Amino acid sequence: MSNPAATAKMAAKPRKSSARPSAFKLLARNHLALLGAVILAGVIIVALITPWLPLTDPDATDPANRLLRPLTDGHFLGTDHLGRDLLSRLLWGTRVSLAVGISASLFAAVFGSAIGIISGYFGGRTDNVLMRGIDMVMAFPYILLALAIVAALGPGLMNALYAIAVVNIPFFARNIRGVTVGIAHREFVDAARLSGKGHIRILLSEILPNVMPVIVITMSTTVGWMILETAGLSFLGLGAQPPQADLGSMLGEGRKLITTALHLSAIPGGMIFLLVMSINLLGDGIRDVLDPRLKSGALARPAPVTRIDRSKTMTNGNVTDANPNINSGRDPILSVEDLRTEFVLGDDVYKAVGGVSFSVGRNECVGLVGESGSGKSVTALSLLGLVASPPGTIVGGRVMLEGRDVFDMRESEIRAIRGGRAAYVFQDPLSTLHPLFSVGDQLVEAIRAHNRVSYKDAWAKAVSLLRMVRIPNPEQRADSYPHQLSGGMRQRVGIAMALANEPELIIADEPTTALDVTVQAQILKLMNNLRTEHGTSVLFITHDFGVVSEICDRVAVMYAGQIVEMGTTQQVLQQPAHPYTKRLIDCVPRLGEAKRDVAAIPGLPPAVNNLPAGCAFAERCDRADDTCRAGAVALDDLGAGHAVRCLKPMGGEDA
Amino acid sequence: MHVYILRRLVLMVPVLFGLTVIVFLIMSLIPGDPALAILGSYATPENVAKLRADLGLDKSLISQYWIWLTHMLHGDFGRSYSLNRPVLDEILERFGATLILAGTSLVLCTILGLLTGVVSAVRQYGWADKTLTFVVLIGISVPSFWLGLMMMLLFAVNLRWLPVSGMYAIYGGGDLPDLLRHLVMPSITLAVVATGVIARLTRSNMLEVLRQDYIRTARAKGLDERRVIYRHAFKAALVNVIPVIGVQAGFVLGGAVYIETVFQWPGIGRMLVTAIATRDILLVQGGVVIVAASYVLFNLFADVLQHLIDPRVKA
Repeated sequence: MSNPAATAKMAAKPRKSSARPSAFKLLARNHLALLGAVILAGVIIVALITPWLPLTDPDATDPANRLLRPLTDGHFLGTDHLGRDLLSRLLWGTRVSLAVGISASLFAAVFGSAIGIISGYFGGRTDNVLMRGIDMVMAFPYILLALAIVAALGPGLMNALYAIAVVNIPFFARNIRGVTVGIAHREFVDAARLSGKGHIRILLSEILPNVMPVIVITMSTTVGWMILETAGLSFLGLGAQPPQADLGSMLGEGRKLITTALHLSAIPGGMIFLLVMSINLLGDGIRDVLDPRLKSGALARPAPVTRIDRSKTMTNGNVTDANPNINSGRDPILSVEDLRTEFVLGDDVYKAVGGVSFSVGRNECVGLVGESGSGKSVTALSLLGLVASPPGTIVGGRVMLEGRDVFDMRESEIRAIRGGRAAYVFQDPLSTLHPLFSVGDQLVEAIRAHNRVSYKDAWAKAVSLLRMVRIPNPEQRADSYPHQLSGGMRQRVGIAMALANEPELIIADEPTTALDVTVQAQILKLMNNLRTEHGTSVLFITHDFGVVSEICDRVAVMYAGQIVEMGTTQQVLQQPAHPYTKRLIDCVPRLGEAKRDVAAIPGLPPAVNNLPAGCAFAERCDRADDTCRAGAVALDDLGAGHAVRCLKPMGGEDA
Repeated sequence: MHVYILRRLVLMVPVLFGLTVIVFLIMSLIPGDPALAILGSYATPENVAKLRADLGLDKSLISQYWIWLTHMLHGDFGRSYSLNRPVLDEILERFGATLILAGTSLVLCTILGLLTGVVSAVRQYGWADKTLTFVVLIGISVPSFWLGLMMMLLFAVNLRWLPVSGMYAIYGGGDLPDLLRHLVMPSITLAVVATGVIARLTRSNMLEVLRQDYIRTARAKGLDERRVIYRHAFKAALVNVIPVIGVQAGFVLGGAVYIETVFQWPGIGRMLVTAIATRDILLVQGGVVIVAASYVLFNLFADVLQHLIDPRVKA
């Protein structure tokens, strides 16, 4: 799992969605959207009751009282060049503009959505023909096509309405088609088809309800334009014709007198502005609510360093863990003490890392093992403050790197360590390498971030790094882009990048997971060689005990954000004490035992926003009883550097 | 690269062909008899018949289209009856003015839009972001023709800083500073909406990109934040914004119709409005085809640019 926020969300899945507020609550919480809704509702209500308001006839001329200023007696907004009451004309004009804009929007929505649904549902040639047509229409500059249609049909309000509606059909058709394609072959549609429903019934009862949100979003974003554009056509004299008036034609008439009677153009224009603005505010709000990606602030920009707030830390509750540095036997280069990292999503707090302590000695390779969502990747990213924040926060603990606490350092100091003394190798090198820079360029950047060398020298170094990780033709390969390399090659580039400044510690986050088995073996061999040649220490994150046995000196097993067992690789593999460790080891298929069941672990890890009081593994453990569920379990020293967080550890005979 | 451009040029041919078909079909929607419309209801039947034959209206729709298309390919867009001169001459004369206006606006909205979007994304939820987001919202909601009028009143009529309208001063103008002074208000007004659209898109794309794994890699390398944002994130976001700048070219070319009318700019947009009002169909047809074709060309340019930046786009 490369994305910690996603990890936390996945862990949250078993919970019901009760914590998520309803769409209307979300909308009401967005003050700007609420403001837009209130203004729009006000305008619509006034427009609806206009015929019953005590207004003078909007078309009644009164040459004696022409061009009166606003706030004159009897004419609140003044009069126009024919002495007609501007307030009355404004309200009637707003009615017309609203009606035209909304009708055009409905027209475009109905025809556009119909084209989109049919195109997406039937696919093949129907799709091809319809979409080429839509593309053709979209090849025109927007207003130009509307002008051409008005030119053919002749000026007039209805013709302007048709023209604006037609040019908006492609937006609906394309959006709706996209969504329809996505659901046209889902199970429930297939089921409806098998149950003998006809195409039309499927389209109306299965597809339409599912694309409705997209239709609403598209309408809410286009209705504002449509009001604006129909007003524009009227302004040009191509829409409403006298004596009929909408806001646009009022503005068009007012324009001629702009220097003598400003209110005649300022007021109708301001009304269009107010109307479109309120619709856009509301439309943005609706889109935010209906677009799931924008929920819970997932689009927030991650800060350069994870937020650190150790003020609210409490220690491990009522349990004291055994000394984590038990017998690494070596002088530690990295020492992690009671690390706690949380994600805050909405009202939920996900304790992704809940008090983790371990150390890595010089030239040692320590494995951090666990299932997806166990918190191992978040632990690795926390070490140098690379957890995305928001939503992540480091709420407690220390990371001692060569005697200094990383979390006490300034941003520039942390930056100097990143890629310098401690470097990362990530899981999926296709997404972790920048797609738009050549690999040589990206290596040069890594080198030059820490050394004052010329681009040319750095390039030469980059080529030699590529050679070091056994990439053939490194001179040519340096010019390649990530997408031009194979998965194994890309991971070699990732490793080369980590090695760029001869780090003392490499933090490898599932570096072999995305690769196939033979490439995996090559990469492991490469990392092992580099370790022996350069004396580098490695923290190796993986879910695979097979990989652990090949490369690691010591292992820490993580479950639900805590270390549940720790020891030398030999101890843990041969005499696992925690039932979870035993299960994980059993997941590794062994050569020559083809018939053996690869036992998946039944059940799911607990959600880290809703951890049980006792042992987190109790629900999936066949040895668990009530004492296990009663309270927190401490990490217990078994001697010789072996520790386990279990009340009923397995003895050698069980293993 | 050359192969890519050549291929795209070849692919443009059917698009242009389709454009002319659509324009022709729209024009054939005209209700009633165009010849009668031109000559008025007092025309004699003989004159109407003669004009119908002159205009080729007595032939089938397909052969009418074919005649129109082949003539156009030979540079003959027909004759404007209201101006009594060849359509192409009129278009060529005005096209430059529209290009100057729309081109300036496009440059303005690209620069301002990208800048606003990046600043907004970098200062997400800060006061700068909130202010800019609100200004952008105003920008995409304001009717450009109204904004133009209000600016004209303020800066030209009241403050007298800028000329009211037109492209050159009638007396003593004609040089570049004169053109630029006339260009300020129309080009800004025309750029407002497109700036807003580009700014919004840049902001959301920057935020999207900043969450990507490769940005984390850049940070893990120890790069400073400026480099992370302006080199790594901006380049990736730009790739997604360029096609939209291409689309905005369409909105700018279309919006020029309003702005040219407001500021009396002697471009194709104003010509089209007049031609529609006088029902000069050949002039409308020719103008629409030329503007649409230049839009297609511009999108080709945007695609090539994107291709240059993004090595993943297939050749």
